[in-house]
Amino acid sequence: MKISTFGSLVAEGFRSLWRNGWMSVASIGTVTITLFIFGLFYLLVLNTNYIASTVESDVEIAAFLNVNLPEESVKEVGERLNKIMGVGEVTFVPKEKSLEQLTKTFGRDHDLVAALDGKNPLPDYYRIKTVDPSQIGTVARLIGRMVEVDEVRYGQEYIEKLFAVTHWIRIAGIALMVLLSAAAVFLIATTIRLTVFARRREIAIMRLVGATNWFIRWPFVLEGTFLGLIGASIAVLMLLFSYLGVIEQLRTAIPFMPLMTDTVLLKQLLIGMILAGVALGICGSTLSLRRFLKV
Amino acid sequence: MIQLFNVTKTYPNGVRALNDISLTISKGEFVFMVGPSGAGKSTLVRLLYREELPDRGQIMVKSKSICRMKPEEVPYLRRSVGVVFQDFKLLAERTAFENIAFTLQVVECPRREVYERTVKVLEQVGLKDKGDNYPHQLSGGEQQRVAIARAIVNNPELIVADEPTGNLDPDTSWDIMGLFEKINKRGTTIVVATHAKEVVDGMKKRVIALEQGKVVRDELRGGYGYEN
Repeated sequence: MKISTFGSLVAEGFRSLWRNGWMSVASIGTVTITLFIFGLFYLLVLNTNYIASTVESDVEIAAFLNVNLPEESVKEVGERLNKIMGVGEVTFVPKEKSLEQLTKTFGRDHDLVAALDGKNPLPDYYRIKTVDPSQIGTVARLIGRMVEVDEVRYGQEYIEKLFAVTHWIRIAGIALMVLLSAAAVFLIATTIRLTVFARRREIAIMRLVGATNWFIRWPFVLEGTFLGLIGASIAVLMLLFSYLGVIEQLRTAIPFMPLMTDTVLLKQLLIGMILAGVALGICGSTLSLRRFLKV
Repeated sequence: MIQLFNVTKTYPNGVRALNDISLTISKGEFVFMVGPSGAGKSTLVRLLYREELPDRGQIMVKSKSICRMKPEEVPYLRRSVGVVFQDFKLLAERTAFENIAFTLQVVECPRREVYERTVKVLEQVGLKDKGDNYPHQLSGGEQQRVAIARAIVNNPELIVADEPTGNLDPDTSWDIMGLFEKINKRGTTIVVATHAKEVVDGMKKRVIALEQGKVVRDELRGGYGYEN
């Protein structure tokens, strides 16, 4: 394939794009919607994972001891905790400190504090950090088996719930993506078919005078590629601006919420969307050429 | 140039267009194929540029079997076989010049050469000043000249024509056949399927007569031989 030939084939592809008018618009629109939603879901999953990992990195286990445990037992429990595999730092929090914290949070005159009537119903507890955050579940279960420990709580529970939600978001996203991609490919294929039909006389003559199959196919493949590429570019711009907008809004509304602003990952997503658009376009035109351009 | 060995072609609807035909056409020959409608002339022409394949038998064009030819080789065969039709098959939205240049672009000829060769071939068919005309601005004879120019622009060794004068008046038919003769004089083999009795009788070329898919007559310097 010579460069000059390629140039004229590209021009031919663009001409068809223009000639097919509304069909091109519909194809491009579907590609845009497909990829925009893809990007949206991807960012959602990415952000939940990010939030999860942020939370995960500073989670610790709270092991609440039985009330009225003798002081020696409390100390002994602390020693045993230190010996458990994977346990890092162990801090003892006496019930007096917990009450102090509670009073500080609600204020001395709060009904809740007043209702305690000077008594302290809170248990002593140990704050335990694990060496490896992913080990937290196992360690927590081990601690939970100790008789002196009344209850074990750890942040992992919330993370697991979060992961369950992301799991469903992912499944819904994939299902939607498959449907929308099929629609996009179908619309592109139909658009290309219109071009094949419009140019059927030309194609017949090209075959007659000895055009190679690829010479005939190229403009159609290029037209499909352009449809996908334009659709993807619009989706990328839409996603980029709306995401940046949302981030800006959330920063002021919920300042402590950790959100993905990693530009490398964002760039990868956007490049991925462009490539996906091109792939959709090529799929569409290939499908159409297989059926309507017997060469 | 062309050899057919026991070629049989049956269409899916059961019509046997060619029945066990064998013939040889040498390089540089000018051959008329005559016969009543449905005798198999068009089928024979279509076999020569591999628009269709025979059911049985072997066809050699330029000492190459076109039955055993791979699909990706077909374009290169077509570049060495010029084809001319009764309905010209020109692109209406392109000028005469563009119609011819299109052929060269398709075979990826360098741009500068496209211009030179197109101008030259337009001159050869006597349409030097009509390059910028669209097909509808040309007479039937002129349109057929453009089609012939398109067929010869790749310098093919063989030209096959299926009823090239079928839509033209007798005088114009003579002009077109004269043009074919001129091209033939330069060494190009020419096969013309035709009904033009006077022209065939007058030109005294080899005549192959087909009837019901069989060769019934093959004469050097022959005549049409049928009453129209």
